Amino acid sequence: MKELSLFLGCLIPNRYPGIEKATKLVLDKLEVKWSELKEASCCPAPGVFRSFDKITWLALASRNLVLAEEKNTDLLTLCNGCFSSLLDANNILKNDAGLRNEVNAHLKKINKEFMGTIDVRHIIEFLYRDIGPEKLGNSIEKPLPLKVAVHYGCHLLKPTKDRKLGGAECPVFFDELVEAAGATSVPYEGKTSCCGAGGGVRSAMLETSLKMTEYKLERMKKAGVDCIVNACPFCHLQYDGGQVELAKTGKKYDLPVVHYSQFLGLALGYTPEEVGLHLNAIVSAEFEEKIALIQKKG
Amino acid sequence: MKKSEILTCFQCGTCTGSCPSGRYTSLNVRRIIKDSIQKDISDELELWMCTTCYNCQERCPRGIKITDEILKLRSVAVKKGKVLPAHRAVCRYLIETGHAIPIDDLHISIREQIGLEAPETVHKYPGALKEVKALLKSTGFDELIKE
Repeated sequence: MKELSLFLGCLIPNRYPGIEKATKLVLDKLEVKWSELKEASCCPAPGVFRSFDKITWLALASRNLVLAEEKNTDLLTLCNGCFSSLLDANNILKNDAGLRNEVNAHLKKINKEFMGTIDVRHIIEFLYRDIGPEKLGNSIEKPLPLKVAVHYGCHLLKPTKDRKLGGAECPVFFDELVEAAGATSVPYEGKTSCCGAGGGVRSAMLETSLKMTEYKLERMKKAGVDCIVNACPFCHLQYDGGQVELAKTGKKYDLPVVHYSQFLGLALGYTPEEVGLHLNAIVSAEFEEKIALIQKKG
Repeated sequence: MKKSEILTCFQCGTCTGSCPSGRYTSLNVRRIIKDSIQKDISDELELWMCTTCYNCQERCPRGIKITDEILKLRSVAVKKGKVLPAHRAVCRYLIETGHAIPIDDLHISIREQIGLEAPETVHKYPGALKEVKALLKSTGFDELIKE
């Protein structure tokens, strides 16, 4: 395995920087060798840009991939959308000489060339495969005895033939990571169903996207969980910002939304503020007190 | 060639039954696939109701790459100028800033509050943004999304 370059994308640095900070704290604490991927752009987002024009999508993704190739590092994403665009583009360009030549003709204009020498990682699959739940469990300082609704997000799992993380109907690897942090992953109906944000639906049809979010939130709430743990800032936004949007129609859930980097950060002893929980739209004093009590005891 | 795979569709409706959007909207993936074989459906708003969750593609008993097909149908629509205003706005952000969701003053100040400097992205490096703009010009993306 190569060292890792941290690819930030758009939503994490520009809307949820707490996730960026939590990730950096966690990677350092776990002594993972990483550095910033400087000069990167939007992945570009699969929903709109991949739909609009395949060559543009591939060209911009390949520029980000080449930035990591130039450093001879693998590329680490924290977002299912970035993972989807960059992993798929990397596979397509590695395997399709025609498209690779076409994209390289565009890249030549900025003195770059796609070589196909690195791999694209997602923080969840990296932690699962390269560290593993057992070893991760041994580094936990403040186990979190919380009830959690795990949300995988579509593009972490699918298309399964490209992700190679097992089946998408009943996955377990993310639950194992959550439980390694001392929590209980609570089953709920529609667990692998979409948050509603992807495919450009949130940006162009907010109400439609929120119907899917409501479906999920209702079932998570019914399962009696303390919080949602996700693997993607777009799902994070859809659940966190979505609760504010749904509150305008009288629907209230008060479910704290936590990216796994933040969740792991809490279990490694960082405070809710250090991992940026206070930067969410939904801030629950009750949840933060619960964490504070756990951390005090632990 | 393109249609040989979707011609194997036997209209079982597993796609529609698996669609989280179709539960609430007029998106009917089974019908989209059927109609796309027979006619141009670029005008249909339903194309844009798909969250690209890939449930239909994963479960299709014929192994048809349904979500990928929807992406192709969308790009045909875009080439005909069928672009939703919100999506055009996101494209403009990409062309102007290199990000679909660029940073704003509020989040610059939030980053400072939590001890983070400017993100190490195209936002910080003007030369990198120039490269992104050059690529988007080279592929014709700026022309594609012009009104």
